[in-house]
Amino acid sequence: MTDAPPIPLLELKSLSKQYPGVAALRDVSLSVMRAEVHVLFGENGAGKSTLISLVTGAQEPTGGMIVFEGQVVTLKSVREARRLGISAVFQEFSLVPTMTVAENLFLGDKPAAYGMVNRKDQRRRARALLEQIGFDIHVDALVETLTRAQQQMVEIAKALHANAKLLILDEPTASLSDRETERLFEIVGKLKSQGVGIIYITHRMQEIRRIGDRITVLRDGSYIATVDAQTTSSDELVSLMVGRTISEIFPRIAYDPSDVLLEIDRISTASGVKDATLYVRRGEVVGLAGLVGCGKSEVMRATFGVEKVTRGRIRFLGKDTTNATPKTMLKAGLFYLPSDRRAEGLVMSFPSRSNMTLSALRAKEQRSKAGWLSTSAERRTAQRLASRVGLAPGNVERSVSQLSGGNQQKVIFGKGLAQPHQLFVLDEPTVGVDVGTRSALYTLIKSLAESGAGIVVISSDLPEVLNLSHRVYVMRGGRVAAEFSGEHIREDAVLSQFFETGAEVEATP
Amino acid sequence: MKEIFSVNRDVNGSTGTSHEAHEEATDANRLIAFFVRVGVLPVMLVAAIVIFATMSSQFLTVENIVNLLRQSVYLILIALGQMLALVTGGFDLSVGTTVALTSVVSGLVMSSIVAVHPELAGVAIAVGCLAGVAAGVLVGLVNGFGISRFGVSPFIMTMGVQSIGFGIALFMTGGVPVSGMPSGFGEFFGFGSILGFPVPLLITLVIFAVFSFALNRTAVGRYFFAVGGNAKAAALSGIDTKAILLMTYVVCAVLASISGLLTTARISSGEANIGGALALESIAACVIAGVSLRGGIGRAGHVVLGAIFIRLVQNGMNLAEIGSYLQTVVLGVLLIVAVIADQLKHKYVTSAS
Repeated sequence: MTDAPPIPLLELKSLSKQYPGVAALRDVSLSVMRAEVHVLFGENGAGKSTLISLVTGAQEPTGGMIVFEGQVVTLKSVREARRLGISAVFQEFSLVPTMTVAENLFLGDKPAAYGMVNRKDQRRRARALLEQIGFDIHVDALVETLTRAQQQMVEIAKALHANAKLLILDEPTASLSDRETERLFEIVGKLKSQGVGIIYITHRMQEIRRIGDRITVLRDGSYIATVDAQTTSSDELVSLMVGRTISEIFPRIAYDPSDVLLEIDRISTASGVKDATLYVRRGEVVGLAGLVGCGKSEVMRATFGVEKVTRGRIRFLGKDTTNATPKTMLKAGLFYLPSDRRAEGLVMSFPSRSNMTLSALRAKEQRSKAGWLSTSAERRTAQRLASRVGLAPGNVERSVSQLSGGNQQKVIFGKGLAQPHQLFVLDEPTVGVDVGTRSALYTLIKSLAESGAGIVVISSDLPEVLNLSHRVYVMRGGRVAAEFSGEHIREDAVLSQFFETGAEVEATP
Repeated sequence: MKEIFSVNRDVNGSTGTSHEAHEEATDANRLIAFFVRVGVLPVMLVAAIVIFATMSSQFLTVENIVNLLRQSVYLILIALGQMLALVTGGFDLSVGTTVALTSVVSGLVMSSIVAVHPELAGVAIAVGCLAGVAAGVLVGLVNGFGISRFGVSPFIMTMGVQSIGFGIALFMTGGVPVSGMPSGFGEFFGFGSILGFPVPLLITLVIFAVFSFALNRTAVGRYFFAVGGNAKAAALSGIDTKAILLMTYVVCAVLASISGLLTTARISSGEANIGGALALESIAACVIAGVSLRGGIGRAGHVVLGAIFIRLVQNGMNLAEIGSYLQTVVLGVLLIVAVIADQLKHKYVTSAS
C-alpha cells in the first residue's frame, strides 16, 4: 500500500472545522486511494464524525481544502457531494420501512416527466443495482420485513446508485450479527475490487484486521498518524488513539482466584445462546469476547434475568438462580452494567444522585431516622459513591443528561457500588468514554477484583478484554468457542476464534 | 439532517467544552434558562391574573378567590392522579368516566339503603362511598392490567374504558340522575365546613399532603418517576415495572373516584353525564405545570397550581362574561401552548447535554 498511485481518489489538506469556542478538527491531512479501505480510528469526540460531515458536504470546513480526483472541490451540500460520487452510510438508516426496496433506492431522485414514477423502469434499475453489488434480494420486498443487515445493504445500494466512487461507512457493523457482518465484508471486498475507495469508521480491531488497508488515527480533532492495517499491533493502535502507552492505560490486576461465584451450565436462550458453559470465581476478571451478536452479552443478560433461559442451569453463590429476576439477582449480589447507558443504564431525567441510589432506595443508608426516604441522606451516599468512582461530588445534583459520556458511565459504576455486590458484570464498560475516565474505571475494576469480587468484562474492544482479563472466553454463533488464560491470552490466538474461518486471520503476522 | 445530527453528537461528545459554551449565557439564553427552570406556569398565571383583574373588578376579591379554590379541588384531585399516569409515560383518558361511574354507583347504593332503612343515613353514606371508590378501583385495575400485562397503549386502553364505563353508568341509571340520597351527604361533603374551611378543600389538602409525601419520601414514589424516565433502566435496577404501572392506574382512578364523590355530594345526585371535559382539563393542568408528556418529570405542588390555573381562567372568563363556547376554545389553546413549551424545553435540555 506504500507505493501509492500518483493521484489519490480523495485528498484532504489541512482540513479544519471550528465551532464557536471549539475546534472540532485541526489541520487534518489524509488521502484515500481507489480500491482502498481506509479506516478512521479514534475515540468518541476525536473528530471522525466532523471529518465525515465535511467530506459528505453536510458542513463546510473553516480551513484547508478537499481534493477529489485531483480537483479542488467545494462541497456545499450532501447532494453536491453525491453528484461528485461521495456517499455515506450512517448508523441510523434513512430508509422508509413501509416502502419497497426499489422505492427506497430511488426515493431522493427527481421523478420522471410530469412528476410520475415509472415503476417498471424503477424496478429494473433497482434490480441492476443490487446485482452489481452482488446482493440477492427482491426489489418488491418491504424494507420493514428485512433484517438489519439487509437494510444496511439497501442503504449501501442507495449510497452507490449515484455511481459512488467514495463510500463512507460509519460503524456499519454496530448492530449486525456475525453472519451479517461476514456478508457486509464480502460486499466491501467486492466494491473494493470495482475500484471504489472506502472510508471505514470502526473501533473494532477484528474488523480492521479483516478488511482494512491503512488506518488514520485521530485524537482530539488532530491528525496523529497513518499506519498499515495489517502490521500495526493493536497495542500500538490503542496507544496512538489515546496518547498513552498500554501499561499506562491498563493496570496490572493481581490474580488470586478463590471459590466459584457463578456457574453457567450448558444454557441456551431464545436470544441465540447455545449450550454455553462458563464459570467465574472470586478475585478474577473474566473477559467475554466475540463479534456482535455472538451471544456474549446475551449469556450474561440471561444470568441477570433479563433474557429467558430455555435450557440448562445457572448457579450463583451455590444457589440455583435459573430465570431469576433482576430484583433477586441484585439482592443476591450480582450487578449488571448494561452496554447502552442511555437506553438501559440511566434515567436521563434524574440527577446523578437518584440514578446512583435507584436500586438501593430500600437501604437504611437512604432513610431518615423515621424510616422515610431522605434526599440529604441520599446525597451523602451519592457523594461518597461519586468520590469512589472519581466523579466530581458537585455533580451529584446535576441531571445526568448534562454529563459527558465518561461521567455518565461513572454514575452507573457508582450505582453498582451503592450496595455490596459479589459479582460485577460489565457489558461494554468503556464504550464512548474518554481515556481519562477509561483508566479511572480500570483502576476501579482492579480494586474490586483485588478485594475479592468477581468481574466479567463483556467487550467488543479487544485490547480491553486482552489486557484486563485473567481468563477469556471467546463466543461464536451463540456457543463458547474457546477459553484462554494467563499467557495464552494473545491477540492472534483470541482473534482467530472470532470467525469460523480462523485460518485466514492467523495467516496475518 | 442526519449528517448534521451526527456532527452535533461528535462535538458534544468532546468532553465538557460545550458546557462551557453554554455558561457564557447571553440575555436570550438566560431567558430560556429561566423558562426551563420555572416553566411557563408562573408567567401564564401572572398574565391571566393581570388580564382578568383589569377586565373585572370582582376578580381579585377575597370572596372570589375562596370560591375559585373551592371550585378547583375537584380538578386538583383528578390532576394529581393524571400526573402519576403522565409521569409513568402514559395518560388516563378515563378519569371522567371514573367520576361518572363513582357518582352513579355511590348514588344508587346510598339511595337504595335509605329507601329501605331511612334511619341508617350514616351507614348508607359510608357504604355508598366505599362502593363508589370500589367502582373506581375496578376501573383502575382494568386500565392497569390492560396496559401493564397486555401492553395495550394507554391511549387506546383508557379511551376504551372511558366508553365502557360511560355506557355502564348510563345503563345503570337509564340516563336519569339518581336522587334520594341522604341529605347529610351533601350537607357535609358538599357544603360543610370545619373551622371555616370548606370540607372538600380540607379533604383535598389532606390527600395532597399524603400524595406528595408518598411521592417524595418513599421508594415506590421514586419508582413511578424511574419507570416513566426509562422503563428498561428501572427494570434493570430491580423495579417491578408492571406492578408500578398497575398501581399508577389504580391510584389515578381512586383519586378520580374521590373527586367523583365530592362532586356527587355537591350536586346531591348521581349523574352519568358529569366529567366529560375532565380528561382534557387534567392533562392540560399537568402539562402547564411542567409534567413531561415523555414521562419521568413532574411535581405535585406545581400540578395543584396548574389545576387552579385552569379553573382561574374559566372563572375569569365567566366574570368577564365570555361565553362557555369560547372557553372551550381557550382551554384547547392553552393545552397546545403548554405542549409546545414542553417540547421547546426538552429540545433545549437535550441540546445542552
